[in-house]
Amino acid sequence: MSHIITVDNLSKKYKLGTARPHDDNLREALVHGLHASWQVLRRGWGDGANSSGPEWMWALHDVSFRVEQGEVMGIIGANGAGKSTLLKILSRITDPTEGCVRLRGRVASLLEVGTGFHPDLTGRENIFLNGAMLGMKNAEIESKFDEIVAFAELEKFLDTPVKHYSSGMYVRLGFAVAAHLDPEVLIVDEVLAVGDISFQKKCLGKMGQFGESGRTILFVSHNIPAVLNLCQKAIVLEQGRLTFEGGAKSAVDYYVGAVSREECQYESHIVDLWNARGRPPRYQPWLRKLVLFTGDGKPFTGELALGAPMRIHVEFELREAITNFDVRVNFTDQYGQMIFTARSSYEPTRDWGPRSGVQEFVCELPEILFTPGEYRIATGLVLNDRCVDYVEDAHRLKVLGTDYYGTGKIPSLGFFVQDQHWRLK
Amino acid sequence: MDTVDTIDINPARELVLKPHAGWQPVNWQEIWQGRELFTFLVWRDIKIRYKQTVLGGLWAIFQPLLAMLIFTAVFGRLAGIQTDGPPYPLFAYSGLVLWTFFANSVSMSSNSLVGNQVLVSKVYFPRVFIPLASIGALLLDFFIGLLLMFGLMIYYRWPPSAGCIWMPFYILGTLLASSGLGLILSALNVSFRDVKYAVPFFIQMGLFLSPVIYPLSHVPARFQLFLGLNPMSGMIAGFRQSVFGGKADWGFVGASFAMSAVLFVAGLFIFRRMERHFADII
Repeated sequence: MSHIITVDNLSKKYKLGTARPHDDNLREALVHGLHASWQVLRRGWGDGANSSGPEWMWALHDVSFRVEQGEVMGIIGANGAGKSTLLKILSRITDPTEGCVRLRGRVASLLEVGTGFHPDLTGRENIFLNGAMLGMKNAEIESKFDEIVAFAELEKFLDTPVKHYSSGMYVRLGFAVAAHLDPEVLIVDEVLAVGDISFQKKCLGKMGQFGESGRTILFVSHNIPAVLNLCQKAIVLEQGRLTFEGGAKSAVDYYVGAVSREECQYESHIVDLWNARGRPPRYQPWLRKLVLFTGDGKPFTGELALGAPMRIHVEFELREAITNFDVRVNFTDQYGQMIFTARSSYEPTRDWGPRSGVQEFVCELPEILFTPGEYRIATGLVLNDRCVDYVEDAHRLKVLGTDYYGTGKIPSLGFFVQDQHWRLK
Repeated sequence: MDTVDTIDINPARELVLKPHAGWQPVNWQEIWQGRELFTFLVWRDIKIRYKQTVLGGLWAIFQPLLAMLIFTAVFGRLAGIQTDGPPYPLFAYSGLVLWTFFANSVSMSSNSLVGNQVLVSKVYFPRVFIPLASIGALLLDFFIGLLLMFGLMIYYRWPPSAGCIWMPFYILGTLLASSGLGLILSALNVSFRDVKYAVPFFIQMGLFLSPVIYPLSHVPARFQLFLGLNPMSGMIAGFRQSVFGGKADWGFVGASFAMSAVLFVAGLFIFRRMERHFADII
């Protein structure tokens, strides 16, 4: 029994549609009538989970794995594959529907940086509050206080309410507290996606040390290089099922391969963003449609020659009149590394005034200059400097090699091509 | 971080996570272990409650004090309600200070889970801490209000009776009743935001169904039993008798206290039963 985490046949099902009820339940109950509210009542009461039907969906299905003491294990999967649900069960936030988990030792989980930070409290006060929520004793926080502050590099701002912190400072403080937890098992969600690069490296370094010191880490991330860097083992989740378990490198290769196999869903040049699967659960839909054309106005089918033009239409809805909005189209490589971002706010002649209702924006890219290979197109909407919607992997782009430089050779190395002129001096 | 070679894992500390159904016992051990966090949450609620207000903690006494002035004008002067004891303002204030604590406790705690969604969906600790901490934080306001009551007693030259030693008993009863209701309503509020709209209305009605602004003796005997089912009637009536003197009706007070205790225990179990779905539906 050297396993520190034993997961057996773990399943979790959710009722579709009620996972996130709207704020105005009263009106909803009136609309749906008494029957609906009775169903909700049964669910709230705890009896509803046993009834079965087409309206249920398995967020996790029959997942089993073991983690040994001192192992650092990655959990990889697309959005909606069940990663967060798995972490929530392991962190005791929600109960499984079936199966069981055995955990030995003190477990700390970090599903969000700075959980429970209150904007009106100072950095100092939030360190104590957050530490207590993550399971630290008061004496423990006191003894590590200076270390935490030094790690966060926030000595000067300790007595400032965190609402005046920049988002980077906020993340630093949150991670600093978490990094000084002393658990035997640490469960981390993709908290490193935020924060600046140098701090991300510092956190990864800290977590690496953590792994070397005999502690067990479960690490969920989209950051494939980080998984490769940190984890020895990894599991891959696809639509709630565990489809691969093994070394981190082979798991990543499997995952990248699995994602490419799904390609058939990208046949159309019109993408329904409203119901897209690539929307992280924290976002509500604002983006409606993505329509892609090649330069000559033909529907884009997924392939484009290097140097060819592209036209992208993004349709989204503004629920109120807003002047400060930014539509973004991001191109990433297969590993999620951002290659290029197109933004409506980069348009020098923009003067769209306050807009409301359904909008359609068109982005012309006169030349696609990425080196031949596979790319993914993501799209996002930012209102008043806050990202309100994002759809990952909305479409794929395969750039076909052409003789861009006119030399009879196809450029293939690096990320992009660029006009260049050589001469002998 | 210091490098630790190995960590001894105590196999006895195995935690099993599996589906739960039906009624569950309350995990007292876990609650006791989390007591430090509970005090932090109470302290947090106190710290942030009056942030960015001009009057700050003075609101703790303004609420019962202003209500007292209005009720004195309307019921004491216009309606001429007799109190069989202290002057009407003192009488009204003593009821209002306890009632305000109860009313604020129920309304704050019933919205506490929904107002702390992040805590429910992103971190685990005994969830009962959330509604109970919001009530714990209001105790401070209550004690400030109580100080003013003693100030008013000095002003009206009405010395406290020897029955004063029973005051904690009535405060405890109020605490149990508001915690019980707070636990049930906060849990229901997770599924039904209707609670948010219903609670203020029922609290407003409750003020008139409890002997806050009129003495119990004004209620016809045949309705008194019915009134006794309202835990706050016994607590308010008893609280007043203990402070101002007079004979306590132990049957009436006992019934209210029993009702409070039942509410509290029921609250704990109902909350426990519903809490496992909080993170899924909040």
